[in-house]
Amino acid sequence: MASAEAGTLYRGREGMWSWVAHRISGMLIFLYLIVHVLDTALVRVSPEAYNEVIGHYKTIVFGLGEMGLVGAILFHALNGVRVLLVDFWSQGTKHQRALFYGVVAAWVLLMIGFVPRQLGHMFGWW
Amino acid sequence: MTATKIPDPTTRYQRTDRRGVNSEMLSWLFMRFSGVVLLVLVFGHLFVNLWLGEGVQRIDFAFVAGKWAGPFWQIWDLTMLWLAMLHGGNGVRTIINDYARNSTLRLVLKGALYLAVVTTIVLGTLVILTFDPCPAGANLDLLPSICSE
Repeated sequence: MASAEAGTLYRGREGMWSWVAHRISGMLIFLYLIVHVLDTALVRVSPEAYNEVIGHYKTIVFGLGEMGLVGAILFHALNGVRVLLVDFWSQGTKHQRALFYGVVAAWVLLMIGFVPRQLGHMFGWW
Repeated sequence: MTATKIPDPTTRYQRTDRRGVNSEMLSWLFMRFSGVVLLVLVFGHLFVNLWLGEGVQRIDFAFVAGKWAGPFWQIWDLTMLWLAMLHGGNGVRTIINDYARNSTLRLVLKGALYLAVVTTIVLGTLVILTFDPCPAGANLDLLPSICSE
C-alpha cells in the first residue's frame, strides 16, 4: 500500500524501465540520424568538404561516441524485438520479464564483440 | 440519487470508441513493420561501415562514392533514410504528445519536428539521387578507382 513515507511515485519494474530506455535510446538515435544525414550530404558539396568533416569521426572522442551510438541502437533493436513478441506472440506478455533479461544478455554479448573491434579501429590494431 | 450502473466484470475494456482501421492504429502498425525492416538495413549498414576492414577509418569520399556508384546501396540507403526518419519522427511525435501538455507548445514542437523530418528526407533523397561519384574537376586522388579507369 502506498504511504507518505514510502512515496507514491510509480516504480514499475523491468517493463517500465525497458520502456524508459526504449524512449531515451530512440530519441538519441533520431537526433544522431539528422546530424548524420547532414554530414553525409557534404558529398554533394565536394570530396574535400566531406573528407574534412568525416575526419572528425576518426578521433578518439567520436570513436567513443560511436560505441554509445551502437549501444543505443542495439538496445533499441533488441527491445524492439521484445515489443514485437509481447504484441504478437501469445506467450509474450507472460514472459515479458524473462524477455527483458534476454535483451540485456544479448546486448552485453554483442557489445563484448563490438567494443574491442571498435577500439582496434580507433587505435589501428587491425 | 440513482444507483450507479456497474458493468458486468467480463465486459471488454475499451480504450476509445474508434474501431477498425484508424490513423493511430496504422501508426502503431508502421512502427512494428518499419522496425523489422530497419533491423536488417541498419545492422547491414553498421556491419559494412563500422565492422568490416578498417571500420570508420576507411570512410572517405571515395568509399561513399564506391558504394553509391551502383543501384544496390542507393536503394538500400534510400529505403533506410525514409523508414528511419519516419519511424524516428513518429516516435518523437508520441513523446511530444505524452509530455507537452500545453496545446500551443505541442503545436510548436510538432511543427518543428515535421519540418525537420521533411527537410532531412528531401535533402537526403536529393543527395543520393543526384550524386556523381566522379565530379568534374575534382582531385583524382580523392575519387574512387572507377573514375580513373
